[in-house]
Amino acid sequence: MRYLITLAARSAWNRRLALGMTMVSIALATALLLSIAHLRHDAREGFAQSVAGTDLIVGARASPVQLMLYAVFRIGDPSQNMRWASARKLARHPAVAWSIPLSLGDSHHGFPVLGTSADYFAHFGYGDRQKLRFETGKPFESVFDAVLGAEVARKLHYQSGQKIVLTHGAGVLAGAEHADKPFTVVGILAPTGTPVDRTVHISLAGMEAIHLDWQGGAPVPGFSIPPEQVKKFDLTPKVITALLIGLKQRGDVFAMQRAIAEDPDEPLMGVMPGVTLDQLWEVVGQCEKVLLLVSWLVALVGLGGLVAVMLVGLDARRRELAILRAVGARPRTLLTLLALEGVAVTLGGMLAGVALLAGVLPVAAPWVQAHYGIALSGFSLNGDEWVLLGWILFAGCVASLLPGLRAYRIALADGLMPRL
Amino acid sequence: MPADESVVEITDLVFRWPRQHAPCLDVPQLCLARGEHTFLHGPSGCGKSTLLSLIAGVATPTTGRVALLGQDLGRLSSRRRDALRADHIGYIFQQFNLVPYLSALDNVLLACRFSTSRRARVEAGGASLRAEAERLLRRLDVSADLWRASAATLSVGQQQRVAAARALIGGPALIIADEPTSALDGERQQAFLDLLLAEANGVGATVLFVSHDHRLAASFDRNLALPQINRAAGGEGVCAI
Repeated sequence: MRYLITLAARSAWNRRLALGMTMVSIALATALLLSIAHLRHDAREGFAQSVAGTDLIVGARASPVQLMLYAVFRIGDPSQNMRWASARKLARHPAVAWSIPLSLGDSHHGFPVLGTSADYFAHFGYGDRQKLRFETGKPFESVFDAVLGAEVARKLHYQSGQKIVLTHGAGVLAGAEHADKPFTVVGILAPTGTPVDRTVHISLAGMEAIHLDWQGGAPVPGFSIPPEQVKKFDLTPKVITALLIGLKQRGDVFAMQRAIAEDPDEPLMGVMPGVTLDQLWEVVGQCEKVLLLVSWLVALVGLGGLVAVMLVGLDARRRELAILRAVGARPRTLLTLLALEGVAVTLGGMLAGVALLAGVLPVAAPWVQAHYGIALSGFSLNGDEWVLLGWILFAGCVASLLPGLRAYRIALADGLMPRL
Repeated sequence: MPADESVVEITDLVFRWPRQHAPCLDVPQLCLARGEHTFLHGPSGCGKSTLLSLIAGVATPTTGRVALLGQDLGRLSSRRRDALRADHIGYIFQQFNLVPYLSALDNVLLACRFSTSRRARVEAGGASLRAEAERLLRRLDVSADLWRASAATLSVGQQQRVAAARALIGGPALIIADEPTSALDGERQQAFLDLLLAEANGVGATVLFVSHDHRLAASFDRNLALPQINRAAGGEGVCAI
């Protein structure tokens, strides 16, 4: 058996180009399958962990999924604003324990800027109902204070006390900077693995202040209010993006939802995060099933290529098989020889695929997070992924049997006279 | 095993290819004695290769008996026949004898990989496998600088001599050579044959040498024309596949 492995290895090395290409295709298929599985796992984790303890997300009446995506994950199209007056009214509702206003729209080097209140740091929960924790510093107090998410600080190498300039909108238009009113970093949050890490937090008053001299998305020409003067103005917001609500009794959630929907002053809706996450998953889940199916097809194409390469090679190896028969190799030995080669190529491809993924993941993670809001965990194989690898190996073994069986039949039919 | 026993003994052999009506071989009697060197000739398609396959145990007779060292091959399992071939037969093809991705030396050693008794016989002679393979290569005039070369880089004549060394290693009872010289030019044919027969004598091996080149027949103890011992109707053509 040990010699057989040596023989298979020498033989494979002799045909390394074709087998190498096959191995590459199996590696890519493996990496693809694993990354889809990885992405799915992390996306689901990330979605489920992003908000906890919030009973309702309130916003202007529109698609619940869109509101959820924008308010919590800061991706997708901006939803319509709700009036600040409505938010105040809800906050005073007897069933409400706490509320957190969210005001989105600006950015800083691609990171979203969130205008909120001090309640955010007291009540916002994520993961397993954990609260936000400060790595350094404290919540914002004055108008031009900012609190950074962990990743913002890490990526941009910011520290407490640093001055930062916010950009109007998503930062796609040049010259739309709020350069006249820089903010000071007063605190940096500990990492959470949620979109909070990627957020620059400022007060609602700060958000209002930088837009005092703006109108319709651009600075008003010839009109500028210096930062020292802003306190003379009313910095109460007119509108916000959404309001997170925590109830005193969770059981009141349906009644509260109804009360919000029936608000006579403004068309609003209250969205239950859990339910909406499930809806979101139904959409994403279909996508993910198709992706998984496609990646399995890619894997099958890879293994099909392996079978094809080995079968084509086999006809050129009929003399070699006859020689091995002449020195006493059994037809079954030749089957094993071929199957070993196939399994080895599959295994090699799988290892290369895993290595590829391990190499690519750290590079791709920031990009994926920036574009899709999914926090990819570091490379490690979880139970599902091991099962997946097992299936690939199984499929590879089955595929390798085909050339093996063909070699067996050639050995029996040719004997010592290869028919070429 | 007594010295006078036949290495190969064929009685009432009839062989018919599957789905063919007429038998290809019908050989009432053929014996190859221990140490005997037999020259077997006949036109192509007369059943020479088929006869060799039967003796080597990769094909079994339709009826009758083919015995190798007293064992009726037709009664053995395919596993036993393969083992018997590995242990007791050295086989040389017409050409392309070597596994292309192994070195000359590894090709010689290949014969010992599938047979413990060949290994044991080499070691009983007091030499290591490698030393014995090198000795044979040297005896067969394969220069040492070629031993580690890939088989595919050797000339046809060198390949045939390496193949002869592989057939001889471990002293098998029977060497079957299926037109091993047909790819060689005239003077090299005789030189190859002389080396092969001398080494076969050295280990006391029986040689069954197939060729249609009658000039080589003089070197053998015995000269057999297959059409003369094969009663199969017409003989010619039936065995060609």
